[in-house]
Amino acid sequence: MIEPDPAFLSVHSVSKRFGGLLAVSEASFTVKEGSITGLIGPNGAGKTTLFAIVSGFEKPTSGRVLWRGEEITGRPPHRLAQDGIARTFQIVQPFAGLSVRENIAVGAFLRHRRRADALAVAEQVAERVGLSAELDKPAAALTVAGRKRVELAKALATQPKLLLLDEVLAGLNPSEVRDIVPVVRAIRDGGITVFMIEHVMQAVMNLCEAVHVLAQGRIIAGGTPAEVVRDPAVIEAYLGHGAATRLASHA
Amino acid sequence: MTAKDLLPIALFAAVAALLPLFVTQNTWLNFAVFTLIICLAAQGWNILGGYGGQYSFGHAAFFGTAAYATAILQMRYGMNAYPAFAVGVAAASAVGAVIGFLSFRSGLRGSYFALVTLAFAEVFRVLANASEVTGGAAGILIKLDVRPANFQFDSRASFYWIALGLVTAALVVTRALERSRLGAQLVAVRENENAALALGVDALRVKLSAIALSAAITGAAGALYAQYFLYLDANIAYGTWISVEALLAPIIGGAGTVFGPVLGGVVLHGLSEFTKTLVGRIPGLDLVIFGVLLILVVRFPPREIPGLIRMWRARR
Repeated sequence: MIEPDPAFLSVHSVSKRFGGLLAVSEASFTVKEGSITGLIGPNGAGKTTLFAIVSGFEKPTSGRVLWRGEEITGRPPHRLAQDGIARTFQIVQPFAGLSVRENIAVGAFLRHRRRADALAVAEQVAERVGLSAELDKPAAALTVAGRKRVELAKALATQPKLLLLDEVLAGLNPSEVRDIVPVVRAIRDGGITVFMIEHVMQAVMNLCEAVHVLAQGRIIAGGTPAEVVRDPAVIEAYLGHGAATRLASHA
Repeated sequence: MTAKDLLPIALFAAVAALLPLFVTQNTWLNFAVFTLIICLAAQGWNILGGYGGQYSFGHAAFFGTAAYATAILQMRYGMNAYPAFAVGVAAASAVGAVIGFLSFRSGLRGSYFALVTLAFAEVFRVLANASEVTGGAAGILIKLDVRPANFQFDSRASFYWIALGLVTAALVVTRALERSRLGAQLVAVRENENAALALGVDALRVKLSAIALSAAITGAAGALYAQYFLYLDANIAYGTWISVEALLAPIIGGAGTVFGPVLGGVVLHGLSEFTKTLVGRIPGLDLVIFGVLLILVVRFPPREIPGLIRMWRARR
């Protein structure tokens, strides 16, 4: 496992209990500044809960979250956004009655008081994610792929240092995935650290420098994508007990 | 805000200001002033309900607080009417902030928020009906002393222009809100509060600002009502009638639009006045008309008059 790095985002023994269900159990990991880091795991592993804790939507039952050396455990989401942590939602959350431009501008207003400035930032961000042609359409009129881009653009418009992407590729067809992968890479190249939950392994292998694997609420592995997919613990988590040895004997 | 944003408001004010030159009968001017007061109250509701999506059923709490404050300060403390008016508006705004703090901080939304606001207004009504300082069930009279220095005028036209001035000011405030960061954040909270939080919007602070502003505008309507009719009792000041009027006008005219409340208010009162002259004064007839209008607006999709016009144009 990677040693906690106090410089950027580090999560220390975080647990979250919902009644009788331990959704996240003693999870510790770090995200390096300037990286694209992935969080993968089978369905129901607790990835989204872990994201909700990091982004302030849920308070952990125990454990600590440190952001650039400062404790941010339980800090509300709007303050984390001010501090430079933005997130997208797995189920896209557009402001349905507003145009794409206005949707993105809500994010831009965080750091720009004047409407003209916020709208200008919204246009720049729209260009970065390939939404320039849709700026005046109502957000509700876009395709799923378009709405995912709006979700991304809104978060980017807050000018974050860390961007949390919750399954931004889910529900997209392969060509749409191919279109958006370079967008995510360009975001990182623009100086924003990306931490993403993702099921599309092709994209994870392609994008991430580091991956943490969550299964049944626990971090069971971490490393480069190539290391992680060979890890017997990860294979068993996805394919069931004994799968690693069976696969090895077939090979 | 640009000149283009203000042009429709200036046009509206200019045209409406001409009305007393053509209409000189007192009954019609009375009707016009009353309609403007309702429009003003509705504009207040529109800030919180239309732009913020927080449907209050208790804007009477703000209307009545300002009305009583301005009357009591004049009658019991000898304050001049103009500062009393300002204090009334400030008091309504403060009541709004307190009700907002109590309900928004505990996360009340939707029908729960509507019920809590209704409960507050009803509590105020019962208290005002029982308390001595408000004159109890007998109500409170503002002493007739017709001098402009007392905010009392010989001609109804003067009152009409003052009411119109306040309505116009509220239109400008609404337009400015639309163009501001607060307005964008308020609409974002209406559309999706969690998404707004994730984008750094302090939803509680935004909703509190909205309810304070909303209560101030509806309060101005209440204080103006007191100053125009010079009489209040609990059922007028804190009655559900004003809560209902304040929310019906924007819903029918277009909630979350600058002109929606004025359009809705004029249509509602125009229609009810029209039927009154047509079939005579039957008690409760105006409520029947409001009810029918509300059903029509909610039942058929565009949901407000501008939407109906758009649909009608598209069909041709």
